[in-house]
Amino acid sequence: MTSQINGSAEHAEADASVGLLRLATAGSVDDGKSTLVGRLLHDSKSVLSDQLEAVERVSRDRGMEEADLALLTDGLRAEREQGITIDVAYRYFATAKRRFILADTPGHVQYTRNMVTGASTAELAVVLVDARNGVVEQTRRHAAVAALLRVPHVVLAVNKMDLVDYDESVFAAVADEFTAFARELGVPDVTTIPVSALRGDNVVDPSAHMDWYGGPTLLEFLETVETGGQDEHADGRFPVQYVLRPQSDDEFRDYRGYAGQVASGVFRTGDPVVVLPSGAHSTIEGIDRLGTTVDRAQAGESVTIRLSSDVDVSRGDLIAPAEAAPVATQDIEATVCHVADKPLRPGDRVLLKHTTRTVKAIVKEIPYRVDIQSLERQSSPGELHPNDIAHVVLRTAQPLALDPYAAGRRTGSFLLIDEADGSTLTAGMAGPAFVDQGRRGGETDSATERCL
Amino acid sequence: MTTAVELSAPGALSHLDALEAEAVHIFREVAGEFERPVILFSGGKDSIVMLHLARKAFWPAQIPFALLHVDTGHNFPEVIEYRDRTVAEHGLRLFVGHVQEFIDNGRLQERPDGTRNPLQTVPLLDAIEKNRFDAVFGGGRRDEEKARAKERVFSLRDEFGQWDPRRQRPELWNLYNGRHRVGEHVRVFPLSNWTELDVWQYIEREEIPLPEIYFSHEREVFQRSGMWLAPGDWGGPKGDEKLERRVVRYRTVGDMSCTGAVESPAATVAEVIAEIAVSRLTERGATRADDKLSEAAMEDRKREGYF
Repeated sequence: MTSQINGSAEHAEADASVGLLRLATAGSVDDGKSTLVGRLLHDSKSVLSDQLEAVERVSRDRGMEEADLALLTDGLRAEREQGITIDVAYRYFATAKRRFILADTPGHVQYTRNMVTGASTAELAVVLVDARNGVVEQTRRHAAVAALLRVPHVVLAVNKMDLVDYDESVFAAVADEFTAFARELGVPDVTTIPVSALRGDNVVDPSAHMDWYGGPTLLEFLETVETGGQDEHADGRFPVQYVLRPQSDDEFRDYRGYAGQVASGVFRTGDPVVVLPSGAHSTIEGIDRLGTTVDRAQAGESVTIRLSSDVDVSRGDLIAPAEAAPVATQDIEATVCHVADKPLRPGDRVLLKHTTRTVKAIVKEIPYRVDIQSLERQSSPGELHPNDIAHVVLRTAQPLALDPYAAGRRTGSFLLIDEADGSTLTAGMAGPAFVDQGRRGGETDSATERCL
Repeated sequence: MTTAVELSAPGALSHLDALEAEAVHIFREVAGEFERPVILFSGGKDSIVMLHLARKAFWPAQIPFALLHVDTGHNFPEVIEYRDRTVAEHGLRLFVGHVQEFIDNGRLQERPDGTRNPLQTVPLLDAIEKNRFDAVFGGGRRDEEKARAKERVFSLRDEFGQWDPRRQRPELWNLYNGRHRVGEHVRVFPLSNWTELDVWQYIEREEIPLPEIYFSHEREVFQRSGMWLAPGDWGGPKGDEKLERRVVRYRTVGDMSCTGAVESPAATVAEVIAEIAVSRLTERGATRADDKLSEAAMEDRKREGYF
């Protein structure tokens, strides 16, 4: 352990006003992911001595020379017994500039399902490759999942630069190939960084071996990348979670507020709004943020909106700007990732949970499946199995105010749920899979064309 | 209604605002989708922060949940006093499950080490079943312990209250799936993404009062298994364990028999925050004997239905 990591002292400081970044990591143990994650945690003082001692003790018991940093994240008995990571683990670290929530996704079992889960809340994905191997099939799969989930920022960490003599041309070739591929998939922001997680080059501290690289270290980039922009500049969306009516004898006797979290955009007092699916129009009379009246509420804030007129609003409704509201529909075409062991078939009757609304739905058609590695389409797969990515056509019992996932991750996403046992079957994203998917994939048959 | 309108500046939310908004969202989802939710309230700092968040989430209405405390019978008196004061002040409804009752009627047996933390599971599940609670809020955080790092925000428990880590539902975006069958219930963890430091910073920002044992004070303690324990009816000190006066505070609050004090001069929230920021031990590593029982102690207890 100590030979691998020389803890520098950039620490979690007690500054309460720093921002938050949610990120996901992808890559296998062979790429040095555990070492990279371990270094980020350790160098930011997020691994404490009792945790390190436990890892060192178990590693010794198993006859390993070095502390196995994967043990920090492998928390379940089955994981330790089998020496593999089963589930997404969430890790927390902080620097003086920012707090981080890291979804560490395993590379072995249920790979796609886990990375889809981790990427769904991430604003940034770190994809790791071994500089000696360059972009391999798995790298393409990682990039494709990040693109599919519309993670705004993707960082390629080209690791093990020490094993290629810190050669600029090796890095440039890998970086160029990856950047071209990711851009083609529609990833809006791609950054490439040459690192050695083992030696500590460009992870936290700048490398002394790569003068040719003038960019930020990985941690510097994580600390400074712009967050929240995507959601804030989108149209206003406010799914109603709960109606607050104190009905008390005090000043709040006539209070009626709609509680929720702003999914995207900004709402201001005085804004003309429409309530969906009813289509009723009103104006925002006031916004209360957890006890304080404010003049505006932005994406991510949990607030309560009061309307000026007495309209019928309940849980599951959507409040949107009158001039930029989505069209409610019962017919949905979406890209899905199947996550349950139980297959999904055309004709299945399921529950669909979209924002705060759950409705009955029927699977009308599964026109094609997408191979996440080659991005080729396979027509009429019949049924979906765990980790399958596919295009589906659904019909819902009631209209939903759904946005294309490309326009809003929160109002474009949904779950399909088994009505009998309540399990989560499928994760859905309204609209086509990739921004310019028309340029990829081999098939152009009519069934496919119809669903674009 | 306050008439003053606060001008809110555009820009990314601070990490405390983001964590608060997420926790409030979780409370409101549960209020919207469950029939009989309850908040586990021990008088410890995490449950105090939960209650504070719940009150903000439903302002100006009353919180639509009751509280539940599983009383080990080995409590710090300051904590029980805080609990009862809080319940009275906010007009809340409190259910209490007593470990002692279960020992008295033979359903539970006292452990040789006198520790009652692991004994809480049976009274907890009993209270959940008797009162038909369908959603149970816990203050668990993923940074606390390895098994908790893989816990969902909405965590399904079967009709025996058991947790099966291999059958957890994938949790995507902020879409929490709380569907369950009759007899099953869902544990909900609104503080999943908070760290110990976040909790303390939030306590400071919101000026939330805490039981005084969280702050530095002089106390008679004795040493057992490397921890400073407080004497009491629960069975300490024994044999050649010697009482001494030390300046201590508590980082966690649980059963007296297995919750250790740390030596500390930190007398205010700000001093506690400064101390945590440079601490080299996790709060459980420093103060919980029950987690040291084995590598998978927490996972095993969670599987059986523990908090």
